[in-house]
Amino acid sequence: MRRWSWFNITSVMVGFTFLYLPIVLLVIFSFNESRLVTVWAGFSTKWYGELFQNQSILDAAWVTIRVALISASVATVLGTLAAVALVRFPRFNGRTIFTGMVYAPLVMPEVITGLSLLLLFVAINFARGFWTVTLAHITFSLCFVAVVVQSRLVSFDKSLEEAAQDLGCPPFQAFMKVTLPVIFPAVISGWMLAFTLSLDDLVIASFTSGPGATTLPMKIYSQVRLGVTPEINAVCTILIAIVTTGVLIATILNKRRAMQKSRS
Amino acid sequence: MPSLGSIRLSFAPWNDPAAKPYISFKNVSKRFGDFTAVDNLSLDVYEREFFSLLGPSGCGKTTLLRMLAGFEEPTEGEIFLDGQSLKGVPPHKRPVNMMFQSYALFPHMSVADNIAFGLKQDGMEKSARDERVAQMLKLVKLEEFAKRKPDQLSGGQRQRVALARAVAKRPKLLLLDEPLGALDKKLREETQFELMDLQQQLGLTFMIVTHDQEEAMTMSDRIAVMDKGIIAQIGTPAEIYEAPNSRYVADFIGSVNILEGKVVSADDAHVTINGGDGQIVGALRGSKAPAEGETAWFAIRPEKMSVSRSKPENVDNAVEGEVWDIAYLGDMTIINVKLDSGNVVQASMINRSRLVEDPIGYEERIWLSFTADSGLVLER
Amino acid sequence: MLRAITNRLVIIIPYLWLLFFFLLPFLIVLRIALSDLEYGAPPYTPQFSLADGWNTIWEKLGQLDFENFGFLAGDSLYINSYLSSLQIAFFSTILTLLVGFPLAYGMARAPDGIRPTLLMLVILPFWTSFLIRVYAWIGILKQEGLLNQLLLWLGVIDTPLEILSTNKAVYIGIVYSYLPFMVLPIYSTLEKMDESLVEAARDLGCTRIGAFWKVTARLAVPGILAGCLLVFIPAVGEFVIPDLLGGSSTLMIGKTLWIEFFNNSDWTVASAIAIVLLIVLVVPIVWFQNAQARATEANR
Repeated sequence: MRRWSWFNITSVMVGFTFLYLPIVLLVIFSFNESRLVTVWAGFSTKWYGELFQNQSILDAAWVTIRVALISASVATVLGTLAAVALVRFPRFNGRTIFTGMVYAPLVMPEVITGLSLLLLFVAINFARGFWTVTLAHITFSLCFVAVVVQSRLVSFDKSLEEAAQDLGCPPFQAFMKVTLPVIFPAVISGWMLAFTLSLDDLVIASFTSGPGATTLPMKIYSQVRLGVTPEINAVCTILIAIVTTGVLIATILNKRRAMQKSRS
Repeated sequence: MPSLGSIRLSFAPWNDPAAKPYISFKNVSKRFGDFTAVDNLSLDVYEREFFSLLGPSGCGKTTLLRMLAGFEEPTEGEIFLDGQSLKGVPPHKRPVNMMFQSYALFPHMSVADNIAFGLKQDGMEKSARDERVAQMLKLVKLEEFAKRKPDQLSGGQRQRVALARAVAKRPKLLLLDEPLGALDKKLREETQFELMDLQQQLGLTFMIVTHDQEEAMTMSDRIAVMDKGIIAQIGTPAEIYEAPNSRYVADFIGSVNILEGKVVSADDAHVTINGGDGQIVGALRGSKAPAEGETAWFAIRPEKMSVSRSKPENVDNAVEGEVWDIAYLGDMTIINVKLDSGNVVQASMINRSRLVEDPIGYEERIWLSFTADSGLVLER
Repeated sequence: MLRAITNRLVIIIPYLWLLFFFLLPFLIVLRIALSDLEYGAPPYTPQFSLADGWNTIWEKLGQLDFENFGFLAGDSLYINSYLSSLQIAFFSTILTLLVGFPLAYGMARAPDGIRPTLLMLVILPFWTSFLIRVYAWIGILKQEGLLNQLLLWLGVIDTPLEILSTNKAVYIGIVYSYLPFMVLPIYSTLEKMDESLVEAARDLGCTRIGAFWKVTARLAVPGILAGCLLVFIPAVGEFVIPDLLGGSSTLMIGKTLWIEFFNNSDWTVASAIAIVLLIVLVVPIVWFQNAQARATEANR
């Protein structure tokens, strides 16, 4: 029986206030009449208007979305394979190195990953641009996907796959028809995680990108260096709105599915 | 010729020298690293048998079952099914189906789809499939649940779906891994008889793994009692119960009293041993009597003892002691008696009458008597 | 036969990818760190080409040296950057723990219905951009920013506090940005904990606080460890936060590397910095990997 003490409630509320206050302020000031982000001068949506006129930001957004979609999808496939390799094959040559390579990017400082990937591309004479950023994003995202899928796979009941084989399904098909559908929510979570990481990345993109492939974080960062303006708040607010809507939809869908189950 | 137990057996292919075994384990061993799960085991099971592998956890029974299903390969030895070797045959190619302990129902498929899964793998046409699924649902009485998902069913219902799914392909051999473990007592009893009926109806060979001796005794034609990777004894329930070949088997099934002593004399039907409670005459197991002076053990079941207050006349064996513990179970009463030698034996009495004149009380001196054939002398 | 090939492929495909895109680049970084700066594209020498004969290759290998590393060791800027980074990362980690643990604990103790919502609320900021969230703090911590406005208005201070462009802002930024990384592992460890363990401790004579220290805190250690490593290691090499929130006196090695590479175009020194940073972090990284591997085995 869990009981929530006053201390617990307070610490949770303080924590969430700390987490959300800056974001809330950001959103509010995107509607600021004046150019400042610290003094409220009245409500206005003009910055949103200006934003949609700003071709360079729109281009950067388009690049970012494409990179995120491609890298998330490829990273999910590779990461799922890596997770299967880690869970289903307890012994193979070079497993220690493999495990190390899968877990290291989770904590590796981005400047190191970014620099090393750039130097790789230079060494093999691969022109920097859209594809180098995408390859870089795939590389570090796949590790996160692997960790998410792996933790689900470890708690997966193997007897389900055995039952499928027992009923006549060859091993590979048994994986596709039984295991994959059951762990699918974890695979999707992995995809969403990879998508967000790519959408969000500044440092690695700065190192590995090239002309014509400026991503939105890179654009925001370069604007921020020049000075904070409400237009940036507007971009950020839109991104926050998109993400929040996505998460809310996912939560509602989940809740509805859970309710359907318990009703019948 | 008197037979063991109280039932006449009509089905006993193992006694027929012309019968060929349907399943054959020949010198099968399975090792996991240093650990030997199954040790040089040979076993024959006949068609249409309801066969149980009984033993404590870790004795290797589940490993044996899994080798038959194809999820483990024997380290040594070979397994034959209907004359064909199963070496190297993967599980999905074996004409064997298994009902898993955890049921392993596919959570993302409905009951009907679960049952149809194996049929789909075989390439059965939709109409034939639907018919078979309907048949199976009728068999396990789950017709209205066809469209439900496993998480919407109770434990007992899930068990029946798992059974229907395993039987849908009409396999000649069905393996069941602790099928009744998760059910409560009443449901378990019902399901035991249902399983037996099902097996008879469909004419299949069933092989069950269980640690529950009551289950094995109720349902099986024959039982193999296992201990640490080997088979301690194979026999019908009556043979296992009334003629165990060792103290391990005697102790594993039901309750038993074991009294130790040294062999004094023997003839071709009985053995006399001398122990702390004087001389005891028991039945000889097998044809070869143990040598004089050797240590042997007299094993007798509690229900075979007669209880009386005064020393009984004209009996083969009698021992005296003090009532140490009484347990009233309703249908029977169990008494623990501390004999003068210090050994504690258990006697049980069926309560045939509702009203009893002068019942037995604590610390009373009583006599326990039993015939020479009611207990067995065991050499190990 | 096909089965064996499929099995191998499952391992080989991600293995080769990581080998080529993760491990190999590190070797290249090392090689550049051993090279000399030179004008051109790319700006380092010696450069190997496929046309080189064995003698040329040998000769070029001889040109590699540890000069850059010596340079790093000699210049106090770099040494201070490393030390400062470790210090800032260390204290930030502790602060994050102090903020994150009560939050995670409160979440784990919450009634069953609310917990999924709370979990979602903690993860939501994580889905929104890291850059955005750091950026948000600029507006708050500036001289004319909202925090100072609030404090002045409340009368708590007379003159605006200088927080932005100092190390203080960096601490706040790191704690804020990495908070979910600390909260999630601790929460998931605490959530699995059996309440009756605490009740048993109290039944045997512990006070509430005693039971907390002896049972809850001890059982939470794997989560705490994971959280701390997940914050500390990347924080050492952090760039965005010290760049946006820190000042010119804020020395962090990630920033130094960036400046060396982008502003000075000195790829060789930047590479040397990266190699030394890797060496500094190798112990915590291996510690993290072992903890992860052990946690996965335990769950098996």
